[in-house]
Amino acid sequence: MSVYINKDTKVIVQGITGSTALFHTKQMVEYGTQIVGGVTPGKGGTEVEGIPVFNTVTEAVEKTGANASVIYVPAPFAADAIMEATDAEMDLAICITEHIPVLDMIKVKRFMEGKKTRLVGPNCPGVITPDECKIGIMPGYIHNKGHVGVVSRSGTLTYEAVHQLSEAGIGQSTAVGIGGDPVNGTDFIDVLKAFNEDDDTEAVIMIGEIGGTAEEEAAEWVKENMNKPVVGFIGGRTAPPGKRMGHAGAIISGGKGTADEKIRVMNECGIQVAETPSVMGDTLINVLKDQGLLEKCKTV
Amino acid sequence: MNIHEYQGKEIMRDFGVSVPNGHVAYTVDEAVEAAQKLGSDVTVVKAQIHAGGRGKAGGVKIAKNLDDVRTYAEEILGKTLVTHQTGPEGKEVKRLLIEEGCDIQSEYYVGLVLDRATSKITMMASEEGGTEIEEVAEKTPEKIFKEVIDPVTGLTPFQARRLAFNINIPKEALGKAVKFMLGLYDVFVKKDCSVAEINPLVTTGEGEVLALDSKLNFDDNALFRQKDVAELRDLEEEDPKEVEASKYDLSYIALDGNIGCMVNGAGLAMATMDTIKHYKGDPANFLDVGGGATTEKVTEAFKIILSDENVKGIYVNIFGGIMKCDVIAEGVVEATKQIGLTLPLVVRLEGTNVEQGKKILDESGLNITSADSMAEGAQKIVELVK
Repeated sequence: MSVYINKDTKVIVQGITGSTALFHTKQMVEYGTQIVGGVTPGKGGTEVEGIPVFNTVTEAVEKTGANASVIYVPAPFAADAIMEATDAEMDLAICITEHIPVLDMIKVKRFMEGKKTRLVGPNCPGVITPDECKIGIMPGYIHNKGHVGVVSRSGTLTYEAVHQLSEAGIGQSTAVGIGGDPVNGTDFIDVLKAFNEDDDTEAVIMIGEIGGTAEEEAAEWVKENMNKPVVGFIGGRTAPPGKRMGHAGAIISGGKGTADEKIRVMNECGIQVAETPSVMGDTLINVLKDQGLLEKCKTV
Repeated sequence: MNIHEYQGKEIMRDFGVSVPNGHVAYTVDEAVEAAQKLGSDVTVVKAQIHAGGRGKAGGVKIAKNLDDVRTYAEEILGKTLVTHQTGPEGKEVKRLLIEEGCDIQSEYYVGLVLDRATSKITMMASEEGGTEIEEVAEKTPEKIFKEVIDPVTGLTPFQARRLAFNINIPKEALGKAVKFMLGLYDVFVKKDCSVAEINPLVTTGEGEVLALDSKLNFDDNALFRQKDVAELRDLEEEDPKEVEASKYDLSYIALDGNIGCMVNGAGLAMATMDTIKHYKGDPANFLDVGGGATTEKVTEAFKIILSDENVKGIYVNIFGGIMKCDVIAEGVVEATKQIGLTLPLVVRLEGTNVEQGKKILDESGLNITSADSMAEGAQKIVELVK
């Protein structure tokens, strides 16, 4: 088992003919992901890298049986692309695109209410289940198969955490990047729930950052519901208030969303928080040792 | 993106949202001329800077005649205002808003923001106008009323009415207050605002409902479709280093320390600052070079970091995903040569093509200290700038 994606996931790439999309499509195919088609309006009937291209998502789904979509469409058109994937009743839509206007995402979220599609992102690195399926832009080779779930608002910090785990001989069940935007699809609690129910996940690393209160809410949820150990890290302890630190969502406003407050709540809820990003892996390993889970979590 | 108060009011006026009559002035003569044109009994002379708290800092004056206008304009133009939002260095006033005075009866607060918990826009209103809303939220949270707005319908008249009743707008001004709120929401969605704050909104002796102040911020990601808003950007109000960085798609924020940072990814960039601080160093900036950095971008990033005179050393921390370490290494070597860098430089590379990257740095013959982990690199640079 794993979370959201596995070796049977069939993926289409929206915006496949763009240069970034094409580069990452090749990387995904190389990793072993089943890329069954692509969508670029007006280029239907052609092929790239031996992959059939369709004009619409609906057509792509009909012809290929795809159940997941990864979106590399440029920001001005990305919201529409997410809604098209939702309309085609995809199980999963992963949106890599960054810089989507907030008001577009507000409409997308409203459109998706009550529909079956799960959105991951936007502005995220994607999702990977090591050795089975990689959807997104993360470097595949740093991941090892195993039993630790990773969920994060930041791309490069996820790589950092995964790398620390792999170097220490700890594999991952699935790593999910939920993205750095203030309005996104899947949130921490969704992923924590999935990890909690996943037989292959024994423990979780949750990586947050300044801005909003998603980490605090997730911590409360963990306290009430989680039966697996969770450790965390919060980026931006030294960030000044009122400044947007790269990610649209990473901003301390009106005294809300500080790292210290998040860390305080997480600690209160039984989540150990790494003092620096360099010890995210060690913090988890210590908890695994304490709970007698270390052997179980060694790379498969 | 921020704009000036007078620009915000012009946008609101275009949408039929009521604001006092007024004109912008860049010189004392223009200020007097503007006041003459207005011909009101009382004229307000307001400093235009991108920061709140101008009144307390002496940036807002009430003039009873044209001589007063001249005196106040002379006083405020060119003055450096220090408010709780400008930082200790303050901001120089280069523009004035000359505005018609009005007979204020009561002051209120109306604001629109994104509510992250519901992923919807929320209108907030309070009868505690003229005070910072954060202060109201802390002391008397029961005096703030909220309406969550469905993007399909937009703000509905009943929601606006409910807010107006809740904040005790007098009955005779109710219709105008509702119209104001609906208009403000219209501005917000049609102009891609990220924040719209009217503090205070006032009712006047003549029964008008007016925005006495306006703070409109815009979603940077939507500026591609708001060309007229983008043109209102006042570069003089921004840190010149941040302006330069934005030309190259670099995300840069100036800080007070002496260790320049260059990192890929916003999360890692924040975490790098945190790590430097953890080892008792002080970061000079936040800088995310993004996923597709080229030699040119890296060179520009170095130049921007070095234009900060406080910088005594640079820490480059890269976890290559899309970004390949050899490309970054080449960029670092090229930039170092071009600029003739003499300050200590610590580079930590990890990820895609890391071996090739390290080789390029080693063989460059340059004085570069390499590090194998984020923590080690931070410790080394903190040591080197001592």
